[in-house]
Amino acid sequence: MQTHTFKPDMPPPNQSIGAVAWLRGNLFSGWFNSLLTLFALYLVWLIVPPLISWAFINADWVGTTRADCTSEGACWVFIQQRFGQFMYGFYPSELRWRVDLTVILAIVGAVPLFIDAMPRKARYGIGFLVVYPLLAYWLLHGGFLGLETVETSQWGGLTLTLVIAAVGIAGALPLGIMLALGRRSEMPAIRVLCVTFIEFWRGVPLITVLFMSSVMLPLFLPEGMNFDKLVRALIGVILFQSAYVAEVVRGGLQAIPKGQYEAASAMGLGYWRMMGLVILPQALKLVIPGIVNTFIALFKDTSLVIIIGLFDLLNSIKQATTDPAWLGMATEGYVFAALVFWIFCFGMSRYSMHLERKLDTGHKR
Amino acid sequence: MQNAANVPRRRGSVLTDPKLRALIFQLVAIAAVVGLGWFLFDNTQTNLEQRGINSGFAFLNNTAGFGIAQHLIDYTQTDSYGRVFFVGLLNTLLVSVIGIILATMIGFLLGVARLSPNWLVRQLATVYIETFRNIPPLLQILFWYFAVMLSLPGPRQSLGVLDSFYLNSRGLYMPSPGLSETFGLFFAALLLAIIASVLLGRWAKKRREATGQPFPLLISVIALLLVVPGLAVLIAGNPLVWTIPELKGFNFRGGWVLIPELMALTLALSIYTAAFIAEIVRAGIQSVNHGQTEAAHSLGLPAGKTLRLVIIPQALRVIIPPLTSQYLNLAKNSSLAAGIGYPDMVSLFAGTVLNQTGQAIEVIAITMSVYLAISISISMFMNWYNGRIALIER
Repeated sequence: MQTHTFKPDMPPPNQSIGAVAWLRGNLFSGWFNSLLTLFALYLVWLIVPPLISWAFINADWVGTTRADCTSEGACWVFIQQRFGQFMYGFYPSELRWRVDLTVILAIVGAVPLFIDAMPRKARYGIGFLVVYPLLAYWLLHGGFLGLETVETSQWGGLTLTLVIAAVGIAGALPLGIMLALGRRSEMPAIRVLCVTFIEFWRGVPLITVLFMSSVMLPLFLPEGMNFDKLVRALIGVILFQSAYVAEVVRGGLQAIPKGQYEAASAMGLGYWRMMGLVILPQALKLVIPGIVNTFIALFKDTSLVIIIGLFDLLNSIKQATTDPAWLGMATEGYVFAALVFWIFCFGMSRYSMHLERKLDTGHKR
Repeated sequence: MQNAANVPRRRGSVLTDPKLRALIFQLVAIAAVVGLGWFLFDNTQTNLEQRGINSGFAFLNNTAGFGIAQHLIDYTQTDSYGRVFFVGLLNTLLVSVIGIILATMIGFLLGVARLSPNWLVRQLATVYIETFRNIPPLLQILFWYFAVMLSLPGPRQSLGVLDSFYLNSRGLYMPSPGLSETFGLFFAALLLAIIASVLLGRWAKKRREATGQPFPLLISVIALLLVVPGLAVLIAGNPLVWTIPELKGFNFRGGWVLIPELMALTLALSIYTAAFIAEIVRAGIQSVNHGQTEAAHSLGLPAGKTLRLVIIPQALRVIIPPLTSQYLNLAKNSSLAAGIGYPDMVSLFAGTVLNQTGQAIEVIAITMSVYLAISISISMFMNWYNGRIALIER
């Protein structure tokens, strides 16, 4: 009997696989595309080689003074020499371990929150949020239980940036949730108050808020009751940020189907239990990416405290560039600041995207 | 909340009546807010008296006594604080308008580039967006000002283009137009061309709706607008006289100058905002279902018309609301001018004037209400626009 054997498959034409095909498909698929590719290559050639030669090849990496910067490129000696100031500001150098410890505790304490298998995560998270701020205040500010006081005027650098961002979001979250609930309330007076509050803070730039909290707050408060500069800035930041958080949370509340509200009511839950046990857990889960985005905006906005004379990372660098011993280091200083801010913001935005995919429960309408 | 109307009221304590409880709760809230307001007001009164600070808006008529680097309206040191306010307001609006135009152009370009079939172009756009939107705008402003603008060469070594544009550490100098005698004729010709275009547009629309015949409107309008004023120029001569900046002594004289603060601010703000606009544009274009393109093609529309009549109108519906909020952000971010000393409203008014007069409450209130007015009017416009273009579903 005759059997039929198939011939082996022929390989695909070499024009449709491999590097050549990829180039043809993605870069040179027509005259216009080819022109675009050439233009883009020209742009890359214009920007990348000088940048690399400035930042790496022709840069000075070791030394102690400006005189050690002899080559054409960047002078990273400046950053290296002032690194302590950029990170800690005027925090006494023998006490800087306290800042380090605070950061390490935050990282160690937050790790369990990112482990999916961790049991009783919510309870642990709330406990952490209550205990950690007290611990951080004790470590950073001191003044009791055997730690020396470090006034907030000595805080600075990246430490101060992180403090403002962290306190800002921690204070703005609860306030923002209350405002969002108020805005969705059926009581007209509450709704009007909340809408006014939210729209007011969203309508003005943060700078004017900071101006206000630094010059007007002392006038508003009774004689003798006065805060230091940092606390005044923090109050401004929290009020400002809570309005943005409120709008994000409102988005989450609106995305919860009406059936959830009705089901909770039918179970006989009152307003606070319905919100606390049924609606908010779902709504907050939906808006976590939005809250992370708000936090990124807040993190970038902390740099504005420069205007009221606090020495955050950006202001520390700005001050260092005006030092007569290091004149002409503006580019290096700002590039370094940009890099630090970029790492934080980019990391957070990637995390927010990851969360968005992970938490997508198909609830949104 | 429970729907109290349909539930028969339970006999029992009045305290469990949801309506009554809501009323009491609201009254307590209002009382708390009013009480807090009174507390703050009372404190402020005593504090102001104790420190001997004047109140009221009379200070607006006092002489300012300081110079301003850039003013769009006439201003001298002897003018009042009220005039300083308007100088600052105009400077803020100038930055916002230039910034919005630049940011829109860069942003749309990048947004389209993000969707390009060209891999390299797509990657470049992504790198741009991820770089610039993750760096604080104030940092970008400081970078452009201190690291770029101030390290440009001095006036004598300016970078010149065509012997009429000069860039140096004091700013960008360029020729300024002045009106010549023939400008009236030119202006009349321009006006005539515009009126003719509008009439032509109406006629073309009417004819298309009546007969279905299209009319090459865009080309005819461009031709009208070029030819008629062009004829006027040919007949009567140049309507504008250009003043070209010249190096005299230590600096340039004549022409227009963009001060470095303005350039740093507009560059930084438009580069920063463009990154956000690009993402909005990309999302908007992607939100239009591919079926729309296919449907348009099967109706026989060519690619250009598909884009213009089908894709863009639907994408704009998604793009415009977030775009407006980016414009608003840009206008608010222009207050970062205080960081480099550009004389905008915040740095002039909430900075210098506040320091000189000490009238914190009035000055901050005026500044904040200007921003509030801008943002409220824009959001009202947006609500109106949203209502107009919203999809009316079955």
